[in-house]
Amino acid sequence: MLSVANYKRAESLEEAWELNQKRTNKIIGGMLWLKMEDIRINTAIDLSGLGLDRIEETDDGFSIGCMTALRDMETHAGFNGYTCGAAREAVRHIVGVQFRNLATVGGSIYGRYGFSDVLTLFSVLDAHAELYKGGLVPIREFAGMRPDNDILVRITVKKDGSVFSYKSVRNTATDIPVLTCAGAYGGGKLTLAVGARPGRAVCFDYETDPGSPAAAERVSADVCEKIVTGSNLRAGAEYRKHLAGVLTKRVCAELAKEAGSK
Amino acid sequence: MNIEITVNGKKLRDEIDADMMLIDYLRSHGCLSVKRGCETSNCGLCTVFLDDKPVLSCSVLAARADGRSVTTLEGLRGEAEEFAGFIADQGAEQCGFCNPGFVMNAIALFREDPSPSEEKIKEYLAGNLCRCSGYEGQLRGIEEYLKWKKQK
Ligand SMILES: Cc1cc2nc3c(=O)[nH]c(=O)nc-3n(C[C@H](O)[C@H](O)[C@H](O)COP(=O)(O)OP(=O)(O)OC[C@H]3O[C@@H](n4cnc5c(N)ncnc54)[C@H](O)[C@@H]3O)c2cc1C
Ligand code: FES
Ligand code: FES
Repeated sequence: MLSVANYKRAESLEEAWELNQKRTNKIIGGMLWLKMEDIRINTAIDLSGLGLDRIEETDDGFSIGCMTALRDMETHAGFNGYTCGAAREAVRHIVGVQFRNLATVGGSIYGRYGFSDVLTLFSVLDAHAELYKGGLVPIREFAGMRPDNDILVRITVKKDGSVFSYKSVRNTATDIPVLTCAGAYGGGKLTLAVGARPGRAVCFDYETDPGSPAAAERVSADVCEKIVTGSNLRAGAEYRKHLAGVLTKRVCAELAKEAGSK
Repeated sequence: MNIEITVNGKKLRDEIDADMMLIDYLRSHGCLSVKRGCETSNCGLCTVFLDDKPVLSCSVLAARADGRSVTTLEGLRGEAEEFAGFIADQGAEQCGFCNPGFVMNAIALFREDPSPSEEKIKEYLAGNLCRCSGYEGQLRGIEEYLKWKKQK
C-alpha cells in the first residue's frame, strides 16, 4: 500500500528538486502507478501549481509540460494534426477517460515502462526530455538511463515534416497492450519503434520508402528477425514476434497513405 | 493538513491526513454514491468531477483537491435521475453497483458532446466496468435518452 506522511505543492522547480533529493520523498504525477506500489513516501511533491499541465505549440514544435494529462494529449488539435492522429491513437485505449484525465505525460515517460504506449510513440518523434538539472536528453537516451532524483520538466518535440502512425494490440479493450508499434517517415528515413515486447520500446531505422510493398515486406522481415520478445501472462514470445511483423507492415501502409495525402 | 474543497457547491474546511484519498474524504461527508470497486484504478465506479472533469476519486489525494471544486452524483440529482430512468427502462441496471460511476461519466460525455456517435459513446465509457449488463442495454438507454433530449 502507498502511504504519504506529508504533502507539498511545490512553489518552484528548485524547491521541488531540493525536496526530491531525499530518497524517501517522491514527485507525484497522476499518482496512478505510484498508488499501486507498496511504498512509504515521506513528502509527496506535487508539481501541479507550476503551469506544467499544458501543451504549447510554436511554429517549430511543441512543449509538453510534465503534468499534462494523457487526455489533453489525446484531444490537442495541434499535436494530433502534426502526428497524423498517432498521439490520440496511442493513448485512447488506456483504461478510461477518467484515468487519462489524471495520468500524466511526465509520469508515463519518467516511468520508462516496458508496456508504455506513450514511450513507444515519443520514441519515433524528434523528442527530448528536459530535465531540471540534466538539460535536454533525447528520448531514446532517456529511456535507457537509470531513474535518478532529477525532475522531468517537459518533453519538447521538434516539427520535422515527418508523417506518423501508431498501432497496438490488446487482448481486451483497456488492458495493457500485448504489443505496440509506432512509425515515422520523413526525408527518406523510416523509423519504427516496437514496445510492450514486453520490454521497453526498441527502435529500428531504415532509409527506405514504406510505400513500396517490397520495402515494407523487407522491413517487416528485418524487424521480426531482430526483435527480442518475451513471454508473460498476456502473450508468448513467438506470438509477439509474429505481431511485430504484422504491425510494422500496417504502420508502413499507413505511413505511405499519410505521405501520399500530404 | 488543512484543506478547503467545494463539494456539490458547499465549501468544506477540514484537517486531514496527507494520504487521505478523495473518495474517502467525500464518503466521510456523506457522498455515499462514490464507491470503491477496485484497487487498481480500473473500474470507474468512483468517478466524480474535479473542476468539471471526470476523474477517479480513488486515485486522487484529497490534498490535491484543495482549493478546487468537486461534484458527485448527489450534486447532479435532477440531471442524473432523468438519465438513469432510461437505463432502468432497458433493464441495464441489474445489481446497480456500477451505476453511480457510469451515470457520472455519461453526463460528462453529454456535456462534452451532446450528440456523440456510437463509437464515441463506447470509447468514452470504456473505463466504466459492469459485471452484469453486457453493456448493450446501457448503450440502448443512452441512445434513447439522447433521442428524447433532442425532441424535448
Ligand atoms: C491500471 C493501469 C493501467 C495502465 N495501462 C496502461 C496502458 O495500457 N498503456 C500505457 O501506456 N500506460 C498504462 N498505464 C500507465 C499510465 O498510463 C501512466 O503511465 C502511469 O500511471 C504513470 O503516470 P502517472 O502520471 O500516474 O505517474 P505517477 O504514478 O505519479 O509516477 C510514476 C513515477 O514517475 C515519477 N514521476 C512522475 N512525474 C515525474 C516528473 N515530472 N519528474 C520526475 N519523476 C516523476 C514518480 O515519482 C514515480 O516514480 C497504466 C497504469 C495503470 C495504473
Ligand atoms: S475504485 Fe475502481 S477505479 Fe476507482
Ligand atoms: S449492473 Fe451490476 S455491475 Fe453493472
